[in-house]
Amino acid sequence: MDKTPKPLTLSEKLFLVRFRVDSTSHLAVNQEACKACADRACLTICPTEVYRWDGAASAVTVSYEGCLECGTCRIACAKGALTWRNPSGGFGVCYRFG
Amino acid sequence: MTERYDCIVVGAGPAGAAAAFTLAKAGLDVVVFERGEYPGAKNMFGGILYSTVLNRLMPGFWADAPVERHVVKRRYSFVSNDSEAAFDIRLDAFNRPPFNNSFTTLRARFDRWFAAKAEEAGALVVTGAVVDDLIIKDGAVAGVRVRMEGGEVFADVVIIAEGANSLLAEKAGLKPKPDSANMSLGVKEIISLPKGVIDDRFGLEDAEGAAVEFFGEALGPGVPGGGFIYTNQESLSVGIACPISALKEKGIKPNGLIDGFKRHPAVSRLIRGGATEEYLAHIIPEGGYNAMPELVTGGALLAGDCAGFVNPSLYKEGSNLAMASGVMAAETVMEAKSRGDFSKKTLEGYVKRLEESFVLKDLRRYKDAPDVLRSTTGLFKDYPEAVMEMLTRHFTISEESKADAHKELKRILKGRVSLLRLAGDVLRLRKFVR
Repeated sequence: MDKTPKPLTLSEKLFLVRFRVDSTSHLAVNQEACKACADRACLTICPTEVYRWDGAASAVTVSYEGCLECGTCRIACAKGALTWRNPSGGFGVCYRFG
Repeated sequence: MTERYDCIVVGAGPAGAAAAFTLAKAGLDVVVFERGEYPGAKNMFGGILYSTVLNRLMPGFWADAPVERHVVKRRYSFVSNDSEAAFDIRLDAFNRPPFNNSFTTLRARFDRWFAAKAEEAGALVVTGAVVDDLIIKDGAVAGVRVRMEGGEVFADVVIIAEGANSLLAEKAGLKPKPDSANMSLGVKEIISLPKGVIDDRFGLEDAEGAAVEFFGEALGPGVPGGGFIYTNQESLSVGIACPISALKEKGIKPNGLIDGFKRHPAVSRLIRGGATEEYLAHIIPEGGYNAMPELVTGGALLAGDCAGFVNPSLYKEGSNLAMASGVMAAETVMEAKSRGDFSKKTLEGYVKRLEESFVLKDLRRYKDAPDVLRSTTGLFKDYPEAVMEMLTRHFTISEESKADAHKELKRILKGRVSLLRLAGDVLRLRKFVR
């Protein structure tokens, strides 16, 4: 029988993606709105888990470096708490296959 | 760079490149601004390029273009959590030019090739150039603001082909932020396997390719959406698509969803031994005709995903519609130029062209498909279970009389879904496939 290899973790998958990381984040969150937000869909809906909840700071952290620029968070956020701007020209995700 | 062109195209994907190619061929002065490091750097689709439009622009393009395989085999696989019932087609007619205009393709390679063709035709393609704003003069679009020193660029008309995450068009007020029920998230992995393994596993040879679509409980019980595997030369495109509203409602993590899909026995058998090479995500405008924004304004037209041109039925066509809309946008611009009139009224000719083509004819035909899928909830749980139980019963060898066995089949179906609901769902689902 065939050996099932251990599935890749998300960080292992991200390691396979080529990024040219911009010096500043293209994603901005309104922390006040996030604090008051009941569902915080961004925390689960992002395919690369860019958004995490920092309980101690009561704030959403944004690891924009691993963003695939799909825009799902922007569509899912009902609070209008996310401001999206495209990364600088040539920066961000650079798919090798697509 | 204060410059002036006949036309500015935003985005070098299939829609933008098709528009630029057409305009440049006709001798117009056209510039394309692409925010990626190269065309295709930001782009992902399921993996099949439908190419009737491309074949019209460049007959026999496949000899030159970086396509992977042509699709001769299609498999529609209906799965429950552990079983599979499939419908398999292999048509030899699709093994000859134009290969049914269905080619598995990797976008980072293809989009770069297509944009280079537009360049050869005379278009200027500027990569690494982000367009942040439209310049409005006297109530009409007069140019764009590119994120660079002195980046105001002017043109008679702007074709906005920026893709599904349409920041520019929304910022300019040309369309609202899409509703999460009308937008799906696609997540995909490129999984490499030796060519011989792919050929043997899918029953292919040479440049033949296969497309497998998974329905039912492919994404887990009750999760709407579907999965797919398409064969490239030495890799598989393996992915899923699910409405963003459903992901949100159920609190589902997309990475967990694709991992679960890959673990499904019907899928894991086909991808085993493969190594993931890339992980990708992109949104898909699946709201269809009813979710379409206004397509023109004074001095600007929307094309491709930005305009919502994806057929949301069983025929998941996007790139072909994108190219068709790019060509028609270009033709409209040419007509406007000959009249010297770029008003909204003249540019409305674009909508008329689209209405007379398969783009809007098909979108209108399947305008109810998104609603049908949304409301036929049984499709993703009750029906797969009922169908598998009935098939299992039907094919199980036993000493029970066939008459009793058939009675039992009816009992299973009735126990799962009311016949009235089944009849209603069957009728409604015709809108999705017919």
